[in-house]
Amino acid sequence: MIITKPRDWARITGNLESVGARRVFLMGCGQCATVAHTGGEKELEATAAQLAAEGYTVTGWTVGDVTCHLNGTKLDARKHREEIDSADAVLVLACGAGVQTTAEAIGKPVFPGLESLFLGTVVRNGVFEERCQTCGDCVLGETAGICPVTTCPKGLLNGPCGGMWDGMCEVLSDRECTHVRIRRRLTEQGRAGAGTLAPKDFSTALKPGSVNIRDRVTARQKPSSEGPPGRKGTR
Amino acid sequence: MSRLKELFDAGEFVVTGEVAPPRGTDLSGMHASVDLLAPYCHALNVTDNQGATLHLSSLAASRAILDRGIEPIFQQTCRDRNRLALQSDLLAAWSLGLENVLMVTGDDPRAGDHPHAKGVFDLDSTQLAGIARTMNEGRDMMGRELKGATGFYIGAAMFPEAEPWDVQLSRIEQKIAAGVRFFQTQAIFDMDKLQRAVDAVRPMGAKVIAGVLVIRSPRVVTFVNEHLAGLMVPDHIAERIRRAEDPAEEAIALATEQVRDIRDIADGVHVMPLGLDAAVGRILTG
Repeated sequence: MIITKPRDWARITGNLESVGARRVFLMGCGQCATVAHTGGEKELEATAAQLAAEGYTVTGWTVGDVTCHLNGTKLDARKHREEIDSADAVLVLACGAGVQTTAEAIGKPVFPGLESLFLGTVVRNGVFEERCQTCGDCVLGETAGICPVTTCPKGLLNGPCGGMWDGMCEVLSDRECTHVRIRRRLTEQGRAGAGTLAPKDFSTALKPGSVNIRDRVTARQKPSSEGPPGRKGTR
Repeated sequence: MSRLKELFDAGEFVVTGEVAPPRGTDLSGMHASVDLLAPYCHALNVTDNQGATLHLSSLAASRAILDRGIEPIFQQTCRDRNRLALQSDLLAAWSLGLENVLMVTGDDPRAGDHPHAKGVFDLDSTQLAGIARTMNEGRDMMGRELKGATGFYIGAAMFPEAEPWDVQLSRIEQKIAAGVRFFQTQAIFDMDKLQRAVDAVRPMGAKVIAGVLVIRSPRVVTFVNEHLAGLMVPDHIAERIRRAEDPAEEAIALATEQVRDIRDIADGVHVMPLGLDAAVGRILTG
């Protein structure tokens, strides 16, 4: 899931002031931002109360089902048309993807209420760790299911680096070295490991990513005649 | 051909030292170090933005010390350049007459004087060593032919005292397979662990230059333990320096003993004088 954190309040009110907004509609998200305790019902209520305390009028709020889903968000917006119509701006407590679908669905100034941080693993309620960078060139099959690109602070495919000491990481000295963990898990599973991993293909991580599964089906049906796949549909 | 390699091939015990390029354009301090070290060393490492702090480039400084009459070991870290820049600098290095390279990962930028910098780490040190070998064979890392090959003698770092050893050993094997022919170690305090490393490396056909750090004061002990990655001064040595009447003299005596031990174990010694450059002659001949 996408991990978010509350955005600096002064930046939020600064955004609202930039368009002279006094009447605000709030949009949350029923998915990641709810699990991250940043954009669910509770957080929307608290934000509405804080805005009200500072003299803003909150015209209404809703927790979108999946706010990053463009058509779903359009539908949510339609359900709250009057409240949105009477607002000067919309504040979105969701990830950046949700802010952008809301901005596209609603023809009014839309502002981010959160900072988007990373694709996270929920280690336990309220504790999130970054373990995948969505790089498009997965090495987990070679690294015992532990991503060195993400969890080694230097992102080294082959390690450890010279900073490892007693199995611990140089940069995050309270954490075990990713490469030591990889080696141990490989050994425990009786696997030799893949040897030296080749330099990574960073072209797969070029921004902006774009996928259309219809292109993927087409590419699979005629793999040779089309030549190498283009940027679209390769992720 | 690399003099370093020739000396190894001839069975000589090799002595290397280290100079840091200036933080600025005035090379006089580096040259003063070179002049102190050159009479005792076969080659000198030239560090690459060491400690993730800004210095004049290792490439230019390596050429400068070559012009001063001593063979450089051009260090490349993976922290500050992507694969294009690293290869480009390797071509430049060879064209400038630099024949030895040492590939290292590089400290994290957050440890240095530009903590907001993006750490590049497009490649790691093993991959970079492999690319240098490919360039020696006349191709770039994409397999395209170069107009003029390189002929580097390729080195890498090794950490005989950093446990777990099986992980270190597998790194050594990877580096040798990539094309590394000599290792320079982190500072050695435990000669048994150095022996263990040398015993592992020699059958694989690579050479080991063991590191000696001159710990000239209790303050240096603290600095090493808190700021130098992959290194801890053991308690008994820290105590010896702390209790000494003249810590600098004690450090020189200690380093001299270590060099004597290393002569019986490794293929060479790498002295890191940490400012006591003037004592290097005594340490190496004592």
